[in-house]
Amino acid sequence: MRKLWIGLTYLVFFLLIAAPLGKMAIGAFSEGFGGFWDALTRPEALHALMMTGLVVIVVTLLNTLFGIMMALYLVRANWINRRLKGLLNSIVDLPYAVSPVIGGLMIVLLLGPDSALGAIFEGIGLKIVYAIPGMIIATLFVTFPLMVREVMPVLQEIGSQQEEAASTLGARGWTIFWKVTWPSIRWAVVYGVILTVARSLGEFGAVLVVSGNIMNKTQTATTLVYQDVENFNVTAAGGIALVLAAFSAGLLLLMEWTKRRKEVQ
Amino acid sequence: MNSLLRHKGWTWGFRTTILLYFVVLIVLPILGVYYNSFSLGFGNFVESISDPIAWKSVLLTLKLAIIATLINVFLGTMIAWVLIRYQFIGKALLNSLVDLPFALPTAVGGLMILLLLGPGSLIGKAAEALGFEIVFHQPAIVIAMVFVTFPFVIRAVQPLLEELDPSEEEAAYTMGAKGTRVFWHVILPSMAPGMISGGMLAFSRALAEFGAVVLVAGNIPGRTLVSSVFIFGEVESDNPVSAAAVSVILLTLSFLILWLINMLQMRGRRS
Repeated sequence: MRKLWIGLTYLVFFLLIAAPLGKMAIGAFSEGFGGFWDALTRPEALHALMMTGLVVIVVTLLNTLFGIMMALYLVRANWINRRLKGLLNSIVDLPYAVSPVIGGLMIVLLLGPDSALGAIFEGIGLKIVYAIPGMIIATLFVTFPLMVREVMPVLQEIGSQQEEAASTLGARGWTIFWKVTWPSIRWAVVYGVILTVARSLGEFGAVLVVSGNIMNKTQTATTLVYQDVENFNVTAAGGIALVLAAFSAGLLLLMEWTKRRKEVQ
Repeated sequence: MNSLLRHKGWTWGFRTTILLYFVVLIVLPILGVYYNSFSLGFGNFVESISDPIAWKSVLLTLKLAIIATLINVFLGTMIAWVLIRYQFIGKALLNSLVDLPFALPTAVGGLMILLLLGPGSLIGKAAEALGFEIVFHQPAIVIAMVFVTFPFVIRAVQPLLEELDPSEEEAAYTMGAKGTRVFWHVILPSMAPGMISGGMLAFSRALAEFGAVVLVAGNIPGRTLVSSVFIFGEVESDNPVSAAAVSVILLTLSFLILWLINMLQMRGRRS
């Protein structure tokens, strides 16, 4: 009985994860290492990877900052009444429930060239949809809950006693944050950063809708994979996808490591 | 912390910035979709929805997502069980591999399935020789959905199994219960909350999935066109009102599921 279950588990993992991953890796090198290298060093591929990097950096910075602050407010702030806090708390999760395509559609509807806001921004010469700002906003939307949800439980667990003690002893706001709060939420923040990087690196649906997928302009790595597949250029798609997969696997390893550090504390 | 928020003169500006960021980024876009789909009146909304391509895509998405969820509840429970209860070589590796579908970009997941099962591949050829098709047909969509939602049930059931007191099981055995009886009356009930909440998360994710599905589905209206791909097509063809109408249905469904999960978790915490 025991052997059967373990065997079945291995089979599921092989069929669902190992085989597809292996097949893609082989596919990427089907024209040798040169083919793989060519796929990566195409100008549009380099540009797409650069765009992905840019979006990841900006999004991670913004959402880390705002995510930590939002978590602090939702747990500690006494100037928001309890019911409003409950409401805000449930709204934080909404992006999880929203399909990425719908997330992108929202931005297009709200800030697209046909909308009132979009027209205003266009008037001052700032293009949002089908340009970088829109892609960043879409990714911000999709990744917002990750940091908040990592930091909130830790804040709830440590309670506010230490902070209050520090306050009684005369410590100022920022001192308390850096000396008391930060050391305990540090690993949760690191974990949240990794999650945010992974999610924004792989974001596809929302970015595809918002960016318009214009080659050498608003194309990211994931939308380039999509375009390559549409053009039946499977080897090139496999090359880019393999790089993305390697990044994700690296982030996953980092996550495991962080999780262990988090538990040690 | 409160003193951090109190001391500074710019406290109000700071608070307003954070809350404004939150409202503008999350709340406003969601309201925008609802507003847009009803902006031309309720009749127009009904008209957009009653387009057969639109409602068929919603029904198809529901059907395939339910199949994928059932597969995942079964596989996930089994894997969670094996990973908690048995010791074997490679267990730690498998346990970390569980999260890979979350970490991988969904478009990469779709490409992987396309390459493995596609017309040029070994499995694709074998399936074709046997007379059924996978890629660009419904089975491929289900596989893609199972792939991207794979971790949910496992990660929801694992902690419950870890917490399950072995003495309960032992007591049942001591009192003479057989293996299958113990499973149905002791083990399954304790896993059930995880199976349900993990299953619902998987279901809502499967409903929303786009990246993996768009690459492997044939996107033929009524047969392999799921709602998220339909919405994408409508946006591309500059028909945002129809896209918003289908979005509203999907969103409302997902919000209901999210709310249900929250309710379940609250009840679980209280008992």
